[in-house]
Amino acid sequence: MQTGLNDTELISRILLGEQQLYEQLIRRYQDYVFTLTFRVIKNREDAEEVAQDVFIKAFRSLNNFKGLSKFSTWLYAIVHNTCITFLRKKELEIYSMDNENIFAKVNSQHSPFDANELEQKARIAMANKAIGLLSQDDAEIITLFYKAEQSLEEISNILCIETNAVKVRLHRARIRLKEKMEKHFAEEVKDLN
Amino acid sequence: MNTQPSIEERLWDYIDGRSSQDEIITIERLIENDEEWKATYRKLTGMNEALHLTELEQPSLRFTKNIMEKIAAFSISPKAITYINKKIIWSIGAFFILVITSLLIYAFTRVEWSANGKTSLPFNPGNIHVENLFNSTYLYIFMMVNVVLGLMLLDKYLQRKKVKHESQGQI
Repeated sequence: MQTGLNDTELISRILLGEQQLYEQLIRRYQDYVFTLTFRVIKNREDAEEVAQDVFIKAFRSLNNFKGLSKFSTWLYAIVHNTCITFLRKKELEIYSMDNENIFAKVNSQHSPFDANELEQKARIAMANKAIGLLSQDDAEIITLFYKAEQSLEEISNILCIETNAVKVRLHRARIRLKEKMEKHFAEEVKDLN
Repeated sequence: MNTQPSIEERLWDYIDGRSSQDEIITIERLIENDEEWKATYRKLTGMNEALHLTELEQPSLRFTKNIMEKIAAFSISPKAITYINKKIIWSIGAFFILVITSLLIYAFTRVEWSANGKTSLPFNPGNIHVENLFNSTYLYIFMMVNVVLGLMLLDKYLQRKKVKHESQGQI
């Protein structure tokens, strides 16, 4: 059921008791939230569990959303905190930039770079895989900036750091991403030129 | 330490649309005339495009349904500001004001006012005998009031915790 309501209107009506409208908010943001959790946690099952937890927390705290930021910014702050809590609890292995095992994992998967595949598709697949090789912090900031379309100021609110620090982190994440691409996807990187 | 922004840093600012007007003109000129800048720009724009086009991951088909089933047992929490009972805040405030005032009175009365033999106060603080105010009876009453206040706060906290546990147990 799509009502064409914007986030603020939906939230107001949910708060007035139309709980079923929350489904629309979930559908609107589930892919973004799941992509973020997946890129940080790097395990599909856990990421899905955490993403569900995020939406439940957001629902319970909906009354505290003051509308000072976009709903998505508020929601991604919950994603960030929930992921941190989850990783601390589970003490998951944090994939480092130089973890060659990850590259082995990537290589063991089906290669998407078939000769007849479109060049653009190859680029996208390469970018996705390269993001998968990044540390959780780098993957998170890249995803927030490119996929969640958050500005530097909004990311600074989500991560609770200064805007300048976000800029520096994003720049460093891009450098590391480029290095990953050049190291592991040299052929595809040539096509970027 | 080199604080000059690198070519890549300047180009990323340009690509993200965060460069100043003067910087835009400079960078465009450099891209046009400098081979290194041109090559780096091409590489970064290619990477930027690929990053923008990356696809979102999709959760399982039951994702939304699972959440809706779970939240059916929940109600939306009241605003954080409404948890805070104003009476408690006022009680805590009053308690601290009382303690600070008592300490100030005590401190003033301990001062050796007769040092220069004169005082500008309308009364002689030296005549106030704080020992009488802080005798064991008053001290016990004071302590008892604080203990009762503490128990009341603990009771409220435990009640709230119980309600929270009960609502979580309904999932």
